[in-house]
Amino acid sequence: MGKKFELLGVSKWKDGPKRAELLRDINFTVDEGLISTIMGPSGAGKSTLLTLLNRLEEPSAGQILLDGAPITQLEVVNLRRRVGMVFQTPALFPMTVEQNICYGPNLRQRREYPGLAARYLEMVGLDPELAGRDAGNLSVGQQQRVSIARTLANEPEVLLLDEPTSALDPTATSQIEELIRALNQKIGLTIVWVTHDMQQAARVGDRTMLLASGEKVEEGETKAIFASPQNEVTRLFIAGRLNGNGSKLNGDKGRSDGAGSESTGPEEEHK
Amino acid sequence: MSMIALAMALSLVGASIVISAHQGLGLEKDILVGTVRAFIQLMAIGYVLKFIFDLRQWPFVLLMLAVMITVAGRNAAKRGKEIPHVFWLVTGAISLGAAATLGVLAGLRIIKFEPWFVIPIGGMIIGNAMVASGLVLNRIQSEIAARKQEIRAALALGATARQAVDPALKAAIKAGMIPTIDSMKVVGLVQLPGMMTGQIIAGASPLQAVRYQIMVAYMLAAATAVTCATLGLIVYRGFFTMHHQLKS
Ligand SMILES: Nc1ncnc2c1ncn2[C@@H]1O[C@H](COP(=O)(O)OP(=O)(O)OP(=O)(O)O)[C@@H](O)[C@H]1O
Ligand SMILES: [Mg+2]
Repeated sequence: MGKKFELLGVSKWKDGPKRAELLRDINFTVDEGLISTIMGPSGAGKSTLLTLLNRLEEPSAGQILLDGAPITQLEVVNLRRRVGMVFQTPALFPMTVEQNICYGPNLRQRREYPGLAARYLEMVGLDPELAGRDAGNLSVGQQQRVSIARTLANEPEVLLLDEPTSALDPTATSQIEELIRALNQKIGLTIVWVTHDMQQAARVGDRTMLLASGEKVEEGETKAIFASPQNEVTRLFIAGRLNGNGSKLNGDKGRSDGAGSESTGPEEEHK
Repeated sequence: MSMIALAMALSLVGASIVISAHQGLGLEKDILVGTVRAFIQLMAIGYVLKFIFDLRQWPFVLLMLAVMITVAGRNAAKRGKEIPHVFWLVTGAISLGAAATLGVLAGLRIIKFEPWFVIPIGGMIIGNAMVASGLVLNRIQSEIAARKQEIRAALALGATARQAVDPALKAAIKAGMIPTIDSMKVVGLVQLPGMMTGQIIAGASPLQAVRYQIMVAYMLAAATAVTCATLGLIVYRGFFTMHHQLKS
């Protein structure tokens, strides 16, 4: 199995009155045909990392390879067709469901795509009758599925998912999880799945990386990470005791050694 | 009109000062400043125009138009301070709108290519284009901010910056054009435009005056369309990087 994405020393910061470091020196591999989950508390930099992979944002340092070649050497529009992304919020266009789903194909060739919307609606478990509806008046759960359908209609090789189930109820969540797993198994779609929910990471991920305060804490096979976390921060996260800054929640007195020093976060160290 | 008659008109200023003082509006100083500025600015422009018309030298006419465009560009650019190179972009768009419209008017011999036609007509075009440009700049910023998610979703599907920004761009260009189109619809019913009233006062036949006014309405529509579309198409780029990334 090849490496789909390779991140080599990737950092991201925003310049401003105060420089904000969002990601620091990330090395990470996304294997072809697997589901890689990126988990971490809110504000860890998960969404930021994902937007570097389809070049919605540019890394400040480091390099990202796709199939061994730097993504900067690819035509950015082609890169984004090959690497589809589903956002944290559905962000549908104010048009019909069908027009949303056909948006990607229409960018390549402007024409009618009869049956396309129905096919993808069915694939994501929605009634094909929804095709003619205004995207704006669907429920959030329906919208998120349409947004997945819209991305799939581009026939990507890699699917980036940014907490696609964070707005859904447990039933809808497990339907989406099943759908993504099926896509992964049937057509070998490579998946990068961002989630703040470690149980979800444990359920769906072949490989898992934990991100906290913009730094990679631990990476490995999902089963191994959950069975025997090597890092104190990982143990805290799995125990649900890591807050948004990557520091421990109140009540955790004292500092752990090793990874505990990372819990101050890169921002403070750069003041 | 004699200077004495004009001096008599000062009594009107006196009336507004009395009203302001009596009602405690506190506008006396503003009224005085406005009175003096209106007098000086218009007197000065009167002499400048007389000088240029007497000279009948095209370089001076063009210089005059260039000054008008620059002032208009600076003014409109205030509506988009965040946009890179906004002054040059607006000034360019207004210049193009003015040049295209004046070119058609002169080329088809709709107006005489004489300084006393070109400058006042050019002034109307530039003033209108300035207001429209300000609206475009204002609107494109708010549209892109409001549609940020949607634009990023489009980019992520492989849209170019131009394709992703299209709905925002259309809304901005429309916002710039609509006031001119609307005023064209009600002209003569709601307001009698300044140029037409001026001509009538100067003794022209109302039938002649309205012909000019109709031409003015058409030419303003054309000038705003060219200016707004050009401005929209050059200004949206400032919101994106060359790699089709929305700047944050
Ligand atoms: N343009 C920006 N300028 C400065 N800081 C930013 C900018 N964008 C994001 N951040 C900060 O970067 C950090 C990481 O943000 P990011 O959205 O990647 O987190 P996340 O892990 O996806 O969180 P969540 O689970 O809440 O979605 C946050 O602290 C955020 O406030
Ligand atoms: Mg996020």
